[in-house]
Amino acid sequence: MTPLLSIRGLTKAYPGVVANDTVSFDIGTGEVHALLGENGAGKSTLVKMIYGLVKPDSGEMLLRGAPYAPAEPRAARADGIAMVFQHFSLFDALNVAENIALGMEDPPPMRDLTRRIREVSETYGLPLDPSRTVGDLSAGERQRVEIIRCLLQDPKLLIMDEPTSVLTPQEVEILFQTLRKLSSEGTAILYISHKLEEIRALCDNATILRLGKNVGSCIPRDTTARDMAEMMVGTALQTPERSGRALGEVALDIKGLSAASPSAFGTSLKDVSLSVRKGEIVGIGGVAGNGQDELLAALSGEILSAPGAVSLHGRPVGGLGPSQRRKLGLLTGPEERLGHAAAPDMSLTENAMLTGALREGLVSNGFLKWGAARDFAQRIIQAFDVRTPGPENAARSLSGGNLQKFVIGREVLQRPEVLVVNQPTWGVDAAAAAAIRQALLDLAAGGTALVVISQDLDELMEIADNFAALNEGRLTAPRPTAGLTIDEIGLMMGGAHGMEVAHV
Amino acid sequence: MIKLEKRPQPSDLWSMATPIVAVLATMVFGGLLFAFLGKNPAEAIRTIFWDPLFGEFAFYYRPQLLVKGAPLVLIAIGLSLGFRAGIWNIGAEGQYIMGAIVGAAVGLAFYPAESVLIFPLMILGGAFGGWLWAMIPAILKVRFGTNEILVSLMLVYVAEQFLAAASLSFLKNPEGFGFPGSRNLQQYPSAHNAEVIAGTGMHWGVVFAFIAVIFAYVLLNRHMLGFQIRLTGEAPRAARFAGVKPARLILFCLGASGALAGLAGLFEVSGPAGQITIDFNVGYGFTAIIVAFLGRLHPVGILLAGGLMALTYIGGDIAQSNLGLPAAAIQVFQGMLLFFLLALDLLTNYRIRLAKRETA
Repeated sequence: MTPLLSIRGLTKAYPGVVANDTVSFDIGTGEVHALLGENGAGKSTLVKMIYGLVKPDSGEMLLRGAPYAPAEPRAARADGIAMVFQHFSLFDALNVAENIALGMEDPPPMRDLTRRIREVSETYGLPLDPSRTVGDLSAGERQRVEIIRCLLQDPKLLIMDEPTSVLTPQEVEILFQTLRKLSSEGTAILYISHKLEEIRALCDNATILRLGKNVGSCIPRDTTARDMAEMMVGTALQTPERSGRALGEVALDIKGLSAASPSAFGTSLKDVSLSVRKGEIVGIGGVAGNGQDELLAALSGEILSAPGAVSLHGRPVGGLGPSQRRKLGLLTGPEERLGHAAAPDMSLTENAMLTGALREGLVSNGFLKWGAARDFAQRIIQAFDVRTPGPENAARSLSGGNLQKFVIGREVLQRPEVLVVNQPTWGVDAAAAAAIRQALLDLAAGGTALVVISQDLDELMEIADNFAALNEGRLTAPRPTAGLTIDEIGLMMGGAHGMEVAHV
Repeated sequence: MIKLEKRPQPSDLWSMATPIVAVLATMVFGGLLFAFLGKNPAEAIRTIFWDPLFGEFAFYYRPQLLVKGAPLVLIAIGLSLGFRAGIWNIGAEGQYIMGAIVGAAVGLAFYPAESVLIFPLMILGGAFGGWLWAMIPAILKVRFGTNEILVSLMLVYVAEQFLAAASLSFLKNPEGFGFPGSRNLQQYPSAHNAEVIAGTGMHWGVVFAFIAVIFAYVLLNRHMLGFQIRLTGEAPRAARFAGVKPARLILFCLGASGALAGLAGLFEVSGPAGQITIDFNVGYGFTAIIVAFLGRLHPVGILLAGGLMALTYIGGDIAQSNLGLPAAAIQVFQGMLLFFLLALDLLTNYRIRLAKRETA
């Protein structure tokens, strides 16, 4: 039987990097095929070629045995290939049906469309009300909009790029049921992820990419997660060590913190309370967009609150700005590296100055000591193995992982009393992620109180002593991570968002 | 097919070279324009760029360069601070006028007393007038979030009305036979911004322009406030994260640019212009915006750009009277200069690749 899509020797080079090097594999009808690899392994480039967004330099694709070379996504869609992107392209101010109509070549009248959306959403167990405004939807619901948009085209191959990064465990289970149903009806699914347990639960076959090359394939059900991870990374993995730590007195105390989000579709914090002791790591989970950015901003001093809502060693700091909090030892690392934690066009020296000026003594009487700043940047580069020719290079010239090591290292080396980080290993390769986690653990062992906000639950389970979840701006009471089951975590994260809509 | 590709790092070479390439391109295309107008392009270019500096009458034009360049540099330095931080003061012309009015008023209040203190007081008055006028958009922006571009621009026209009122009523020369305009400060020794070295055109405004260049350079490169200005312009969110208070920065940048524009106005009214008249302002405040960008918002660049701009003005005047080139052609020529500079600026951050036509 001819496979649905056959990829033969696809190669695509960008200046300085070969994104895909003679990649070949087949996807059969109704097969759930995983595409596995670290960030930068070439997964995105490969699917962009399949979806007609990028043209391969050489190699060919066969769709049902016939040559297939889509000139643009429209041609790919006409051939029955649909894609759900990691980043949604939805308009917050429009409702679900309007958003879907916008993406169609030739949208039917709104009433018919609404009816079809309801049909598809019921058939595939994706509860969604077509008349709701997208800005009010949770991330999981937004993803359903994207999936339904694809399903309305009746695709033969559905490409999903990192679909579970925005979902709670319960929502992941719903999504998997939908995908299994689709697959049983003959729709093939190309599933891109680096979450190995999910791939083992869902996929029939896996192709593993490393540095643009196809380095192997496996049947996920019969392969351990560790083996797959090592194929992905190419070396044996080191698990961060977590030594038993004695917890000291309370360093950071948050009491009844409420703060409005500065952005219109952001999530306001509602009555958040948490206390973190010296040497303790509190992990904060939750689906993206449930107040993570706002919590970090309220702790960094970018959002001010009532003075007593945030206390550092018993001293109220809620009304103080970022510089004053830094001086007292409360340091933070935001999620967005470029533009928030670092200025893209400025050099690493200047970026070291950005948060290090006060604690590292890089200013005197308002005048900057560039020599000292360069030394500080150099120290970060050395201590955290940041790959760059030198501190005079612009932040944007670094790869994501290296820049992340730099911005985390910048805070760690300032000997924080309390460190709050958001998504410390987001978009970072496995080796760099392990190094960052180890640095955080070492910091805690030295008596620093840490708050780690992350959407990577495995990461939180690995390093955190206690776990709490953010859900629509509210924080659950923290619970010890030891012995916490995935179901309990899921319930803390709010279970499946928007399930009630199904019964409307 | 031509493709633009973002450079991982801004190119140092191109950021130095683009102004030079832009000037050369302007000469080539400006020359073509002059040729179409039936003039000898080589002669026209020589008249504009060479004659004011080294021509037969250069002894007359060279001081003019300083006189025209100084206010441009002084204003552009102030504007560049705000532009670096994304704070757009478009109303320097109004602040220039208000600085001149307040400064001249301070001097005339003492008339006819003579004292060495009068001119320093006028300098303070000039800076204060410009600062005050710039504080209007600044406070409105900080307090109510208004757009400083619109407010500062519209205040230019209000300032022009003030200027007319001043020359017709409260600053009118009582011995002026009813003509509009104030007393001539050139004839009031204590208030006259005379040349520091006679015959060079080097008046106090030129001295202050050089001081402003040095001050801005140190501020931007060595001082926390300058770092915060640059950071805010490059990455506003990172600036807030670093602890920059946006309101303070807005007040400082608009205040500083207003004060410098006011100074320029004061030095002009007490020196080359001599008196407050209805048509006292000639657009320095707007041209300075071009100078600021031509100098790539860098203090030394602005100094050179101010000189270049003054050169094209004076050279343009000569070309008009000697070669009979229309004024519009000169303005097109100056526009070309700005156009090429901004267009070539792209090469600092992007490289151009000639890609093979893709076959697919």
